Amino acid sequence: MSGEARQPVTGMLLPAADDEDAAAFWRWCAAGELRVQQCAACGALRFPPRPLCPHCRAFDHDWARLSGRGTVWSWVVAHPPLLAAYAEQAPYNVVVVTSDDDPAIRFVGNIVESPGDRLDHVDPHRIAIGDPVEVVFEPVEDGLALPRWRRRTT
Amino acid sequence: MDEPLLIRDRTAIVGVGHTEYAKSIDRSEKRLALEAILAALADAGIAPYEVDGLSSYTLETTDETEIARNLGLGDLTWFSQVGYGGGAGCGVVGQAAMAVATGQCRVAVAWRSRKRGAASARPWAGVAERVKGNHQWTRPFGLLRPVDEIAMLTRRYMHDHGATRPQLGAVAVTVRRHANRNPDAMMHAKTLTLEQYLDARWVSEPLCLFDNCLESDGAAAVVITGTDRARDLPGPPVLIHGFAQAVPRQHQVMTNYFCDDPLLGPSHACASLLWRHAAFGPGDVDVAQLYDAFSPLVPLSLEGYGFCGRGEGASFGEGDRLAFDGPGRIGGGLPVNTSGGGMSEAYLHGFNLIVEGVRQMRGTSRSQVPGATTCLVTSGEGVPTSALLLRSDDR
Ligand SMILES: [Zn+2]
Repeated sequence: MSGEARQPVTGMLLPAADDEDAAAFWRWCAAGELRVQQCAACGALRFPPRPLCPHCRAFDHDWARLSGRGTVWSWVVAHPPLLAAYAEQAPYNVVVVTSDDDPAIRFVGNIVESPGDRLDHVDPHRIAIGDPVEVVFEPVEDGLALPRWRRRTT
Repeated sequence: MDEPLLIRDRTAIVGVGHTEYAKSIDRSEKRLALEAILAALADAGIAPYEVDGLSSYTLETTDETEIARNLGLGDLTWFSQVGYGGGAGCGVVGQAAMAVATGQCRVAVAWRSRKRGAASARPWAGVAERVKGNHQWTRPFGLLRPVDEIAMLTRRYMHDHGATRPQLGAVAVTVRRHANRNPDAMMHAKTLTLEQYLDARWVSEPLCLFDNCLESDGAAAVVITGTDRARDLPGPPVLIHGFAQAVPRQHQVMTNYFCDDPLLGPSHACASLLWRHAAFGPGDVDVAQLYDAFSPLVPLSLEGYGFCGRGEGASFGEGDRLAFDGPGRIGGGLPVNTSGGGMSEAYLHGFNLIVEGVRQMRGTSRSQVPGATTCLVTSGEGVPTSALLLRSDDR
């Protein structure tokens, strides 16, 4: 990661992170770890966070750390009209990434070169389904970081 | 096992009405609703005081009490709303049919009124800087609009099944041609070629401007009674043969990426119940009005409701096979969205598709499919959905 100061784009949407299950996910992101709920009874992973395991109906869960490696499942390139903070960065990519740890776990995010990049930093037309990626965390305010993704070669 | 009480053919749509459709109408959502309902009641030949049931979308901004007080309705004994935006339309009519069939009311009115300026009109417009609920997993990353959410599924669909932009374009071009024949359609005077489609500006790649439905103001309404009553009215009844709703397992609304098979849309689960209770199957459907907020929803619905296999929906529309005057069922096609649908007539969260289904069964569509006696109408794919099977009365 370079040390150069980046001009943050203001007015972007941030997660409210205000229900207890979601809040834990975001706390782990702020700590630089990608974790999802793991049922304490049957071991199934689940995301997005929710109180109950749909497989065995157990409430108890842990937060399992993922490798952070994934594969691009799909991608779009958003063009205006968009909210101003996003229109300013358009056209930009949005991807769905499948976790390499568990194909049932997917995340929505963006391909960047480094955390803090503008959303249009990477040429979206060089993205392809199947691209291997790894998570990077972008601090957006105190105690909150967004998971984004950068391409990996291995 | 207990035999279910099927609503099959026990109720009928006896009246339809709508306002003009336009980009901007200078009358309130409430007033538009009242105009459409009055038109539908006049079409049915039923007096307002006979209406005792009301059915609408949760998106609706006008309460039942306001509708009733303005129209001078009698005592309402049944009223309900269906959620999930564009998934609601057929559910609004189907639940009214259930209420009439089970005696909870005798004359039900179902409607949708929409003004783009209204708070309900654009679900993504009023977003705050903090995003709650399931939107927190998608919107901070710039997946902001319904079109972005469906574009994500579309890219994967194209990748998995080799679907192409010209195949999506065929949907847009065909329904536009239908709209060109329909004087009520917003796109009546605007033609669209495949070349124009391919040159159009992007909105969310792989979807362009013409993959999107219109932005419309307007209202539409239908009147439902029991079939016996319907047969005593002046017009020909259109029987509600079947009705189904579905929320598939592990479904997340619009952003259905967090399940085993994201491309297996709600239409599959909805179709399963619909056909189980029907006396005919997909091969017997003469014409369909398929929810088309975005062009890829048409091939996905063709697959879901069993007109072709998974992954075959996009090529199904080649060779004019979706056109009212194309090869038709005998030629392996299925005429769809014969009024222009959401992409070229008007976008009222799918309610105008129901009105056009009724026209086809009455033989009064501007793009009438000759001899059509059965029609499938569907609501939103990608959200908890619903569908209706309509048929003309052969009595
Ligand atoms: Zn479990």
